[in-house]
Amino acid sequence: MAKKTLNIVESAYRAVMEEQDDTILWLLAAMQGAGAEHTVVLRGNAVNYAVAGQGAPGLTVGEWKQTQAPKMDRDVLDLIEKRKIPVYVVAEDLADRGIGPGELVPGIQLLSRTALPALFDDFALVAHW
Amino acid sequence: MAQYLLIESRDPFESNDVGYYYDLAKGLVEGGNQVTLFLAQNGVLSARPSAHSGALGALARSGVTVLADDFSLQERGIAKLAEGVAAASIDVVVDHLAAGHKTLWH
Amino acid sequence: MSKKTLTIALMDPPYESENLTTAFRILDVAARRGYDINVFAYEGASGLAFVRQAPHPNPVHGKDLAEENHPTTKDQVAALLAEAEKNGGKVDWVNCGMCVDERGVGEFVPGTRRGSPADFHAFAEASDNVLVIPTK
Repeated sequence: MAKKTLNIVESAYRAVMEEQDDTILWLLAAMQGAGAEHTVVLRGNAVNYAVAGQGAPGLTVGEWKQTQAPKMDRDVLDLIEKRKIPVYVVAEDLADRGIGPGELVPGIQLLSRTALPALFDDFALVAHW
Repeated sequence: MAQYLLIESRDPFESNDVGYYYDLAKGLVEGGNQVTLFLAQNGVLSARPSAHSGALGALARSGVTVLADDFSLQERGIAKLAEGVAAASIDVVVDHLAAGHKTLWH
Repeated sequence: MSKKTLTIALMDPPYESENLTTAFRILDVAARRGYDINVFAYEGASGLAFVRQAPHPNPVHGKDLAEENHPTTKDQVAALLAEAEKNGGKVDWVNCGMCVDERGVGEFVPGTRRGSPADFHAFAEASDNVLVIPTK
């Protein structure tokens, strides 16, 4: 059985348009496909990834048009439903940003900031992204 | 009880997220774990005695071992350290990794 | 000192962040100890081992090429591999393939290789510990 890894993701919207993905969530999904056992905690600005109904149209530069613009809510849902990666969101970070729990994609688990340290006990590895 | 190494590369002057990381260290200690906070890069700027270094003293009193990377200190000309902070070499990071302690970087 | 296997994931491109200076200091200690070291060079870090990096002079400080002796990360990577080997350890340095492709940095320091997230997973499973150094 793979080492259970907790991934605390706080980096948000860094190069997502260029890469058409959040490269951390992408990496974890790819590793899960290779047999890893990941769990994700979205904190800080990354809690915004769980907000349903987001996504900008693709970038255009002159005649060049992006055709596969990313949608982070779709990618978070993918992690939960297709990759079976549990995704937590830090509740206080949502509240700080004026995001209500009802605005999130389904399947998100809320986690209090104060409960984060205790969660570490359940994992062989903890990575901060 | 587990042992943790938390590496903090950011400083509270430029990032208001450093408080979260200090709180994480304190939360882990309160959970019965042994925690070392290793300040590196601009993270050592808070190790110079200032209005912001009280937080590090408080962490040390709560049971967190607070260390500051000697290379980063020297690079920034920081000779005097705030209460509760000790200088340490980067070997400490490798010691913790080699011992299997959960190691995080912020 | 017992031999250990450590994995480090890097993300920063060369010359943009102090994270890499610290990373190479950590890697150097591990290499001097003769540890086996796995490096997963992801995103911008996939350019760290790009062999076409070239040093340059420093006209602001009036230094020619030799005097400036500007660091290149490719040389640091090569030196790391050599140091580990000298001390009985080995480095498995993987440059994430898609990251390499999109950056056009597909010529690597000998001894490093192209790889994928599956390698990072394999590294993590086989190591005594893993350190992720994220980018901002």
